[in-house]
Amino acid sequence: MILGELTAPLFHAHLTGPTGLRLKTGPLIFSIQTGIGAVAEGIRRLYAQYPLAEPGEFVDYYVKLKMPRSLRRWYKPQVLFDFDGRVPFKPLPLEQAFPMLEWGMNWCIASHCHQWLILHAAVIARNNRAVIMPAPPGSGKSTLCAGLVGNGWRLLSDELAIIDMTSGKIVPMPRPVGLKNQSIDVIREFLPDAVIGPVCHDTRKGTVAHMAASQADSQNHESVTPAWVVFPKYIAGSEAELKPHPKSHAMVHLANNAFNYNIAGLKGFNLLARIIDETDAYDFSYSRLKDAINIFEQLASGGPG
Amino acid sequence: MVSQLSPPCLIVKVLREPAVVSSFQLPEWELLVRQARRSDLLASLLEWFRTAGLESHIPEPALRHFQAAWNFAYANAAAIKWEARQVYQTLAGVVNEPVLLKGAAYLFTNGPAAPGRIFQDIDILLPKAQLEKAERALFFGGWATTHLDAYDQKYYRKWMHELPPLMHMRRGSVLDIHHTIMPETSYIKLDGQKLLANAVTVDAGEGFSVRVLSNIDMVLHSATHLFQEGEFDHGLRDLFDLDRMMRAFSQQPGFWDALLDRAEQLELIRPLFYATRYAQRVLETPIPEHIKQTLTAGYTSKWRMRLMDFLFLRVLTCDHRSCRQPMTGMSKWLLFVRSHYIKMPLWLLIPHLIRKAVHTEDNQQEEEELN
Repeated sequence: MILGELTAPLFHAHLTGPTGLRLKTGPLIFSIQTGIGAVAEGIRRLYAQYPLAEPGEFVDYYVKLKMPRSLRRWYKPQVLFDFDGRVPFKPLPLEQAFPMLEWGMNWCIASHCHQWLILHAAVIARNNRAVIMPAPPGSGKSTLCAGLVGNGWRLLSDELAIIDMTSGKIVPMPRPVGLKNQSIDVIREFLPDAVIGPVCHDTRKGTVAHMAASQADSQNHESVTPAWVVFPKYIAGSEAELKPHPKSHAMVHLANNAFNYNIAGLKGFNLLARIIDETDAYDFSYSRLKDAINIFEQLASGGPG
Repeated sequence: MVSQLSPPCLIVKVLREPAVVSSFQLPEWELLVRQARRSDLLASLLEWFRTAGLESHIPEPALRHFQAAWNFAYANAAAIKWEARQVYQTLAGVVNEPVLLKGAAYLFTNGPAAPGRIFQDIDILLPKAQLEKAERALFFGGWATTHLDAYDQKYYRKWMHELPPLMHMRRGSVLDIHHTIMPETSYIKLDGQKLLANAVTVDAGEGFSVRVLSNIDMVLHSATHLFQEGEFDHGLRDLFDLDRMMRAFSQQPGFWDALLDRAEQLELIRPLFYATRYAQRVLETPIPEHIKQTLTAGYTSKWRMRLMDFLFLRVLTCDHRSCRQPMTGMSKWLLFVRSHYIKMPLWLLIPHLIRKAVHTEDNQQEEEELN
């Protein structure tokens, strides 16, 4: 059963019930509990295509979004992220409740799933060959990722590249793509059919909104072998350009973008070395999404430019 | 007054008798993972199952969580050992070889409480007269003091059993330098020299050796730490440490009598009494009858014992909501207050608490203004 098939009252009953709404994202099952309307609304819009867990299936993480019981709730309400009874972060203003769910779920994965090597990177794929795109905030990684998945690329994740330690394949964790500031309007214009969730202003990342993954991507659990590592950079007014990136640097960049490289130790080093060996690494600068898509098209069909 | 926890929560049953998992279905495994994560025992449990030959019973979805935690603990152990070596190198020739306490000591001795345990910082014990020298040498090695407030500095240096924690400026690792294991202001006076005198040297591999407390002192330190300090966030885990140590060390003939003698000598009978009582009550640690009798004989007030049972049995269990008993929060709070009362006489404690209360408010206000 997928979430979108639940009737509205049943959906709310799950969210506020004792076992929560049990959502399957990639290989993980989250139980989400909340009575906050905006969070329910965001989930309903952005996760409509996601499968729900069957009764009795193993839930990996229990999360809850709730309002702290303080006097503030009457004049400056806040929201707390509860991780199975623990509160790992300070509260945020209530308006940011939905993004907090997304950040909190990412935190659950990045700080607990040490069975995998996890990089801070977007991953998309074409014909069963994946592109890993590590990049610092502000490099246009998510915008590019959104543009590409709206044009024939498969979304594996826009935040977390999850690498299986044995196979070296990327495990899909398809979640809504986080868009910031101007890129929200850019994507709205570029992909008029995109489903975009609630827009939140004044977060610590500026204005944020999320774009839903496609139905096929939400339900695809197949891992993909990485074929390229691309370091994207948005440079206003620039022509789209793909340049080879020295492999040694690429390896260091990947390691620097890992959440748990220190935990993976020697295995992690060998895994990254293997990925770097088996992929081509590029720097990619662009300013117009259309050009970027053309270049990626060429990349997928057998070589850049 | 209810003084018995019944029924024990799932994870406690598993720690008592790991074989119970052979009949577990998926929902029980899920609950066990949740309770173990909350108690910081995921990785230790995997080791527990391995030792008992039960690993094959763990279903795949649960195994992933145990393994992930185990990977974390493995890396943590390597990091703690590496940091401890840095401390040794920095202090070599400056002061006596430091005695490693708690985590690093468990790890270097492959102690019974080491497998799967996660440690936050390095703790060392030095003669009081050498603290200043050590601190200076460590400063040049990159470790700087953390509590910059003049009052906090005075609190540690004048009243506590340790220096304000040092933090490595580049790596962020935290180092606690102790000169004894009870605060100077506590009613239990414990001369650190007595612990140092019984410390032993163990081979740590690769031509490196470290000094650690004797097995008996390790148990007493662990008991003192758990029952005299007010932190019960990991009550079950810390009790499990004691359980594993007492079970393993008591394989040595004469262990129990030597433990009792030493506790008497160091005036740590009370924490040892609590440690044996609750390890047995919660985890069914085997304690010889004559040891129990001797320890109980020193505890005269029946009412007090009932009260302590009520409080300790609430906090020495898993803190997951599925295990919580009514009044756990209050018990925690009362034990926290008790720990302060043990640490300091009232004439010091009251001004200290007032100061802390006022200061926390200041800090919060500043923070809110920043937001």
